[in-house]
Amino acid sequence: MMAIKETSGEVLSPEEGSLYPALHRMEEAGWIGAEWVVKENGKRARIYHLTAAGKKQLAMEEARWTTVSLAINRVLREA
Amino acid sequence: MSVWTRVWNAFRGDRLNRELNEEFESHIEEAVAEGRDPEEVRQVFGSMLRQREASRRVRVAAWLDGLKADVIFGWRQLRRNRVTSTAAILSLALAMGACVSAFRLIDALLWRPLPVTAPERLFALSRAELTFEGKPTHFDGWAYPDFVLMRSAAKGQAEFVAVSYTDRMDLTYASDEEMEKGLVQYVSGWMWESFGLHPALGRLFTQQDDRVPGAHPVAVLSYDYWSRRFARDPKVIGQTLRIGNQLLEIVGVGPKGFTGTEPGTVTEIFLPTMMHRSVTRDDSTWHRILVVIPPGTGMEPLRAKLDAINMAFEGARAKGFTGMSQQSIDNYLHQRVEFLPASSGVSELQEDYQQALEWLGVLVVLVLLIACLNVANLMSVLAAARAREMALRVSIGAGRWRLVQMVLVESAMLSGLAGGLGAMFAWRAAPLVLSMISSPDNPARLILSPDWRVLSFGVVLIVGVMLLFGMLPALRASAVKPVSALKGGDDPHARRRTMHGMIAVQVAFCFLVLFTAGLFVKTFQRLSHIPLGYSPQGLLLLESVAPHGKLPQAWEQVADVLRTKPGVERVAESGWPLMASSSNNAVAVNGGPPSVDLVYFLPVSPGWFETMRMRIMAGREFLLGDVNPGAAVVNQTFVKRFFNGENPVGRYFEEVGDDGLRQHFLVVGVAVDAPYRSVREAQLPVAFVPLHEVDAKGVVQPEDSTTFLVRMAGNDPTAPMARAGELRKAVAAAGAGIRVSNARAQQELIDGQTVRERLLAMLGVFFASVALLLAGIGLYGVLNYSVLQRRREIGIRVAIGARGGTIIRLVTRSVFSMVVAGLIAGVGLGLASARYMESLFFQVKASDATMLAIPSAVILAVAAVATVPAVLRALRIDPVEILRAE
Repeated sequence: MMAIKETSGEVLSPEEGSLYPALHRMEEAGWIGAEWVVKENGKRARIYHLTAAGKKQLAMEEARWTTVSLAINRVLREA
Repeated sequence: MSVWTRVWNAFRGDRLNRELNEEFESHIEEAVAEGRDPEEVRQVFGSMLRQREASRRVRVAAWLDGLKADVIFGWRQLRRNRVTSTAAILSLALAMGACVSAFRLIDALLWRPLPVTAPERLFALSRAELTFEGKPTHFDGWAYPDFVLMRSAAKGQAEFVAVSYTDRMDLTYASDEEMEKGLVQYVSGWMWESFGLHPALGRLFTQQDDRVPGAHPVAVLSYDYWSRRFARDPKVIGQTLRIGNQLLEIVGVGPKGFTGTEPGTVTEIFLPTMMHRSVTRDDSTWHRILVVIPPGTGMEPLRAKLDAINMAFEGARAKGFTGMSQQSIDNYLHQRVEFLPASSGVSELQEDYQQALEWLGVLVVLVLLIACLNVANLMSVLAAARAREMALRVSIGAGRWRLVQMVLVESAMLSGLAGGLGAMFAWRAAPLVLSMISSPDNPARLILSPDWRVLSFGVVLIVGVMLLFGMLPALRASAVKPVSALKGGDDPHARRRTMHGMIAVQVAFCFLVLFTAGLFVKTFQRLSHIPLGYSPQGLLLLESVAPHGKLPQAWEQVADVLRTKPGVERVAESGWPLMASSSNNAVAVNGGPPSVDLVYFLPVSPGWFETMRMRIMAGREFLLGDVNPGAAVVNQTFVKRFFNGENPVGRYFEEVGDDGLRQHFLVVGVAVDAPYRSVREAQLPVAFVPLHEVDAKGVVQPEDSTTFLVRMAGNDPTAPMARAGELRKAVAAAGAGIRVSNARAQQELIDGQTVRERLLAMLGVFFASVALLLAGIGLYGVLNYSVLQRRREIGIRVAIGARGGTIIRLVTRSVFSMVVAGLIAGVGLGLASARYMESLFFQVKASDATMLAIPSAVILAVAAVATVPAVLRALRIDPVEILRAE
């Protein structure tokens, strides 16, 4: 979350908690997997990882985003 | 995450919440560990509750979550109104159980297709015809030579299979001393292949095993019999069994589930038709014909072709009927071949019970409707009490369908619980009813194992019942308007009107059930009070056989042995028991032409009438010297029909055989009329002839079967069967080569003819009582509710001087007018439907005033009793208390 905030130059500053419903939705869709691990301090934490389907989805979404943003840029510039 | 995880998560809501919380906490802890300010971290995280709900929605099947909440809430509601719920569940369970039982029986007997390939293409060949006397009838029995002609004519168009009427025969797997009974069916060798059946063990016989009369001693056991009799011992293949003088080898076991072609009878042993003793005879109709008609064959042309062949066959045969009147022959040749659908097989039990079971089905559906109306009324009362709760739910934003779902879930729980209980009831009830139909001599067995058909019927029933009684209250509850509900209720009369309407419908149905039950009971009473002409109590029948035939002296010697046994009063013999079988021929009086009306014969020994306690009206009974042909005792109907009612003693008549052979008989006595074949039909002309038969040269003929009639001393109705085993052994021990093949009481034979009527009467009374009880409870509930609701009104009326009578009228008037309206509708329904049941009645008229009056009076009486508590409650209303409470 901090990373998003910093990279976007504080333009995007979502609530940190809203990360979780999003993660759970992606998990529901099968794009990411999750498992509970026990950390050094003895507490449990949930670790997420991309699945094969998730990687494919990410590539597809990225490509689409690039196409769309390029198109919008072009339209804006020509106008 | 799959649908199943989401469904699963709905049942572990708390655990899911804990996991989400843990995940959020670990996020915050990590942030704090990185050195961030805890306050700031929590703020940036956002509302934990909101995130959790958002995640939950993703991870839980929402509909299920709501459903779960409804179930828990519904369960609480049911438990809160414990008495009402129990009453509703029990009454529904009874009605649903009865429905499922009726379905199981009807399905097993009438609907379930035979386990053969394409049962829908299976037809039974039958003929619409006239009896010799000219009465229209249907008959599906055929002579084998006729079958052969028709089969070859239809070659390529349809496949013909002959299946005999299943016969309960004496057979043994070892010696004569170990005889047992077995249900035997003779079937065409190619039946197995035509039906697409495969053996469970060994082989099934084929066309090759069914070519030459008497030359194919092979047998196939049914799977069911193999399991019961041989505990599925594979070594049974190759074993032999003996039936009469035939030694047969078991070659295989039929497929599981195939129990023959007669629902109600589980065939035990299949034999090729060629092994039947009458296979070459053209005058013995001993088998049915099943026809597999492939698609593409025109039914009508085929039927016409078969009709022509059959007419030619019967016409040629009738040329030999020289001993018959032309009228009888014309009647006989009035035949029309027809195809009857036989996808579920053909059997006598089907014919006997089809209508009875259908009516039973209607009765149980009526009881179910009454129960549903009752529960709907109860639910309406409960819903009225919950109007405020519903209004509150609507005002805080509950959608209409959400409320419908909530109420329906409650209904579903009621009907589900009732369905479960009902299933247990049906589990026991269907076999019980079947055992009432069955008798040791004529065992009725149906495959009643629960299959997907029964299961889906049950599910449809539960859902149907739920919608039937739950939909109305659900819709009404959901349509509640918060404003009016919170104000103290909208139009209270609307609800009452619906409830009153339901009372009228209930009463109409209840009347119908009571009315039919009354007709069935009356029918049974009439049948059991038919004058028999003799005393059946204490009469034991020992149907005995002598495999190679024995002379009368041998039979008489056995009778003497029986006479020495203690408790035996008298012993006589007859060819067969009265009402067990029949034999008829035309007669001629004064050398005239053969009669159209046939005369029924029974050979009996001297002393038979005395043993039966059958009165001789004139003349005498048989003496030792009487022989057949020679002397005869005729009954009163015979005298009326052939001697114009004049005393016939000393006069002659002739028995005329089909072949024209005439035998002279001198009438020596007149016996009182007694049902010869069936208690249901009008008295037949009967001629009793001596058992001692002599041929044309006067030589005494051996007998291979005779029935010993044993009269027990005393009046104990159980005495005959209690002594049967002992006397049976005594016959074998007499050493005359005579053996008892069947022992039964005469009373059993008589009762056997009214089994259907007794069943209908008993079940009718049972369902009538249930219907009456339910209607009473319903009436009580509605009245009680209306008194509660009109408390204030009644209080005010009392305060301004209304007397008790006025109050009673106020409370009961509308309900009683509904009861009367229901009764009138019920009478109409009853009279209309009685016409369809006529064939089930015996000397009973549906339009009989008492048959209509009794149920009406009973219902009115029950209604009166049901109103008492509500009336008392209304009378006890204290105006002061009511007005103070306002």
